Amino acid sequence: MRIELIKRPQRSALFSVLSPFIAFVLTMIAGAVLFALLGVNPFSAFEIYFVEPVSQVWQLHELAIKAAPLILIAVGLSVCYRANIWNIGAEGQFIFGAIFGSIIPVLFPGFEGPLVLPLMLLLAMFGGALYASIPALLKTRFSTNEILTSLMLVYVAQLFLDWMVRGPWRDPQSHGFPQTIQFGDSAVLPELMPDAGRANWGFVFALVAAVLVWLMMSRMLKGFEVRVLGSSPRAGRFAGFGFSRMVFFAFLLSGALAGLAGISEVSGAIGQLQPVISPGYGFTAIIVAFLGRLNPLGIVAAGLVLALTYLGGEAVQSALGISDKVARVFQGMLLFFVLGCDTLIHYRIRLVGLALTKPNGAADLEAAPKLEEAR
Amino acid sequence: MDITVNILLTIATAATPLLIAAIGELVVERSGVLNLGVEGMMIMGAVGGFGAGYLTGSPWIGLLAAIIVGALFSLLFAVMTLSLATNQVATGLSLTLLGLGLSGMIGTSFVGQPGVRLPNLDIPGISSIPVVGRLIFGQDPVFYISIALTAAVMWFLFKTRTGLTLRSIGDSHTSAHALGIKVIRYRYLSVIFGGACAGLAGGHLSLVYTPQWVENMSAGRGWIALALVVFASWRPWRVLAGAYIFGAVWIGQLHAQAFGIPVPSQFLSSLPYLATIVVLVLISRNKRLTMMNTPASLGQPFVPDR
Repeated sequence: MRIELIKRPQRSALFSVLSPFIAFVLTMIAGAVLFALLGVNPFSAFEIYFVEPVSQVWQLHELAIKAAPLILIAVGLSVCYRANIWNIGAEGQFIFGAIFGSIIPVLFPGFEGPLVLPLMLLLAMFGGALYASIPALLKTRFSTNEILTSLMLVYVAQLFLDWMVRGPWRDPQSHGFPQTIQFGDSAVLPELMPDAGRANWGFVFALVAAVLVWLMMSRMLKGFEVRVLGSSPRAGRFAGFGFSRMVFFAFLLSGALAGLAGISEVSGAIGQLQPVISPGYGFTAIIVAFLGRLNPLGIVAAGLVLALTYLGGEAVQSALGISDKVARVFQGMLLFFVLGCDTLIHYRIRLVGLALTKPNGAADLEAAPKLEEAR
Repeated sequence: MDITVNILLTIATAATPLLIAAIGELVVERSGVLNLGVEGMMIMGAVGGFGAGYLTGSPWIGLLAAIIVGALFSLLFAVMTLSLATNQVATGLSLTLLGLGLSGMIGTSFVGQPGVRLPNLDIPGISSIPVVGRLIFGQDPVFYISIALTAAVMWFLFKTRTGLTLRSIGDSHTSAHALGIKVIRYRYLSVIFGGACAGLAGGHLSLVYTPQWVENMSAGRGWIALALVVFASWRPWRVLAGAYIFGAVWIGQLHAQAFGIPVPSQFLSSLPYLATIVVLVLISRNKRLTMMNTPASLGQPFVPDR
């Protein structure tokens, strides 16, 4: 058996809308097989995984808490990937944002008032952007591959945070626990509806960022520049768009948003710095970006879906005793299927060598484009 | 003297998985495919190798399982990028993410279990010769495999007709296709070879380096292997040199931590990653050299027309 791809005359609008949904259904099928292999009834597992975690209002708040960093990071990454710039170090930029944003509550706990939070957010965005500027600088100055440098910097950031909370920033009253002091009241991101659940302003930031970046990408010259340089660097150069400037723009923007996500998580959900502050948000956001078709509004939906995979993973762990790593597996499978289904946008897929294949393949080829148009 | 020998031996042990994974990826990239899933295939090899060794009690079966698991896992990447022409960067990334998750899930029951270790080579009378005996005749079997593999790949790529064909595909898949070469078939085999190598490298980690299962135990080695290929400008013998330099950095920071050097251990632990960045910068500074050495169609999807 062989798979043949037949180029479509133009990209299929139908599949460009359908492909994330097909991918989701395929992931469900593969997930059912996975659960069956683990000896669990897939239907009851799915109920625990996808329905129960969002059946009450406070649980929707938990969903928003998990979705906020994913959306914030993925929105920034979508700009990078549109421009064909591969920042995969958002996890590190997230951590550096969290560290920079924590400077005030950790070093100046006496500083209180309404100015504290805005300053923390700004510092965090600066920190994330600063850390993202390293791979950008290396790429533009030395044409060093940004995939590898941005990823290596994730390990460095994780170790740096580990050192900070065990060393200079450790709370002296923590009885040896590696953590900073609890943030003061004015350094904690307020909850949106304290009576209903824990969701904080981070989710609002995520929605605002998504809308702003969507406006930029679809309505402004800068967005056009990103798309032109991404799809045809040569055309972009002729149009006078600078590639180096674009590398910096994409990295700084995505770094700043990842940094904002970092401080939102630390100041909103955790309340202090710890050795580990992210269950891999920076990497999961890559999946969110692709599942959302690199479109900021699609990313909001995709972020909620991926947030649900985290909650579902925790739920099946406590209910069925399955490792919560199952969430990672779901996320990985989803990305695979999304990428595979995206092929349908540009190609028709034909299986060759099966008994079902029509013998007159050539005629079929001729008819194909017309059929597409008729649809 | 004994200390020096011990250090050299540990460097070789640390360098071996890097070397094997990088040699595999080198062949893949020479065929024009960029597989960023090395880390994922490696960790799958590690968990597969540990599991098979633990369940059967035979480290050799474990090693074989590691190779098979790595190869099968890479097949997923091959189908996606070669048959479905997906974006290679994104697909490779998803292979890594899936591998890290899947290995964590499979390995849950292995955590804390005692593993089996591949025995070192021991030739009576020869392996006990001071210095030379242990360095040349007393290492673990995978070390010898890694050296033989490097030599074999060098010979294959530069001395055989098939190797020349493979390199030509990497430089221009359209020309190769026009000459009637089965581009996709060559690439399938290359990717699977790379997966088998990454799996073997992972098996070395869980059957020789630290014979146990620890989640995420590859610790970025797959990514360093990818960097090594760039650093080596796609030449096998330079991969060998690079792997040993990185092995030395890895062991050096461990020894420095053990000796209690007054530098926080986290800084020492970050040295291999920082060294990777520095080396990449040094090598990519010379743009013309990089342009000349990079396989010209690296990372570009290819859909044969007919």
